[in-house]
Amino acid sequence: MIRLVDVCKSFGDKEVLHHINLTIEDGETLAIIGGSGSGKSTLLRLLIGLIRPTSGEIWIGDTEISRLSEAELDKVRLHMGMVFQYSALFDSMTVGDNVAFGLREHTDMPEKEVQRIVEEKLNLVGLENVAHRMPNELSGGMKKRVSLARAIAFEPEIVFYDEPSSGLDPIMTEKIDELISHTQQALNVTSVVVTHDMASACRIADRIAMVYEGELIAVDTVENFKNIRDERVQAFFHTLRTVKEA
Amino acid sequence: MLLKLLELVGAFVMRRLEEFGTIVLLYRDTMRELGHRPRPRHILSQMSHLGVDSLLIVSLTLLFTGVVFTLQTADILIKFGAQGTIGGIISIAIGRELGPVLVGVVCAGRVGSAITAEISTMKVTEQIDALRVMAVNPVNYLIVPRMLACMIVVPILTVFGDVIGVLGGWVIAVYYSGISSYLYMNSIHTFVEVFDLTGGVIKAIFFGNVIAVLGCYYGLHSPDGAEGVGKATTRTVVSSIIAIFILNAILTFILY
Ligand SMILES: Nc1ncnc2c1ncn2[C@@H]1O[C@H](COP(=O)(O)OP(=O)(O)OP(=O)(O)O)[C@@H](O)[C@H]1O
Ligand SMILES: [Mg+2]
Repeated sequence: MIRLVDVCKSFGDKEVLHHINLTIEDGETLAIIGGSGSGKSTLLRLLIGLIRPTSGEIWIGDTEISRLSEAELDKVRLHMGMVFQYSALFDSMTVGDNVAFGLREHTDMPEKEVQRIVEEKLNLVGLENVAHRMPNELSGGMKKRVSLARAIAFEPEIVFYDEPSSGLDPIMTEKIDELISHTQQALNVTSVVVTHDMASACRIADRIAMVYEGELIAVDTVENFKNIRDERVQAFFHTLRTVKEA
Repeated sequence: MLLKLLELVGAFVMRRLEEFGTIVLLYRDTMRELGHRPRPRHILSQMSHLGVDSLLIVSLTLLFTGVVFTLQTADILIKFGAQGTIGGIISIAIGRELGPVLVGVVCAGRVGSAITAEISTMKVTEQIDALRVMAVNPVNYLIVPRMLACMIVVPILTVFGDVIGVLGGWVIAVYYSGISSYLYMNSIHTFVEVFDLTGGVIKAIFFGNVIAVLGCYYGLHSPDGAEGVGKATTRTVVSSIIAIFILNAILTFILY
């Protein structure tokens, strides 16, 4: 279980997140939606300990991570994976080495076993015969998938996705969404997906949380979410409808 | 007006001090991680990558330094009948000062900027965050190998450059100024002590440290965006060169 208790985050004197309270259950897929600059990425970076809250508590299981040292945080991070907005693959390594990275860093697994897992995870995200290629030879969609393969290579319990489908065409977006659902079912992970694509959110999520100018204004199941009478929420749904009608 | 000026100067000084403090902290973290989990393959690949790249420019720099140094001094020394000191003078000048400082400056331009460009690109593309998310300490993974590589490569390049420089001097002394090769070599034997070389090498080790830590610091703290990479590399080169000159004066004072 992930629990945020009264979390605030400021950069300098600019408060980006105000008093966030949120609980994410084990095995659930939560979508975090919100406009550009509303603080979604910041929220995700807090959860994985890349930045620290100005105040409040962040619980991952029964560990409060906001005051841990970097070394202690690393122990918690072994159970988490993250897919970055721009994939963040190590561009000096092959795709295979990218996926194998965590295994090689943190285990003494024999090379054969590492190769097997790399192959398996790449297959899981629908990629074949790319292990020897360099990241800059791949398309954006392929990079995202490699990034996902890398994130799940270490069998995490929680996977964070920062805009997994931004910048991709609608078909690839749907594929990535399927992949997220598929990963969730195959590995029974907790997934937290940041997106500004309402359609995606509805497809993959159990619950949706909406961030608006640094505040969490609504958290609910997909069905209930559509009926929330808040114009800021409705505005988001409205974009979805206009897209569908078009 | 005056108050405003003072305020500006104050703010500038504060920023520099803050920056200096952060650099010292980064240096401390690097030293702490030095023993943890050594990565010999990374160190070697950095050494070959950074060292081989600089070999040619180091050779050229020191070769021509030896050449012009001899051109400028040989005539005068011959006029005073001191041709028997030329080899020694050149070797001491190069071994103690010119070798380490010029190699340091060249490496600041070549190696330091390469380090900054690589690390800042990694930062901008969130690769450093990716390292941290995968529970790998970026200081250990990125900075320590570069630091060790620089501490080894810069001294090696310095010794190499020293030899090339003295050789350049020899060519001019023998083929232009008409001093016998024996005399040149003999004066090196007579005047030069081992410490003229090792002192320079000690300096080079410090310069290697400076180049690595500044290269990494400006890489890690580069401004966002693509133009940030360019800005960061310029900062590395400028600050490293200044730091090398200041450090050199201090080291000369202590060592000799
Ligand atoms: N390191 C930082 N320093 C200063 N301000 C920051 C920093 N990171 C984020 N911010 C600010 O925090 C606000 C929220 O940023 P965040 O990246 O979380 O937005 P977002 O919801 O992910 O937006 P997008 O959909 O565009 O990715 C922005 O106004 C941004 O300028
Ligand atoms: Mg974002």
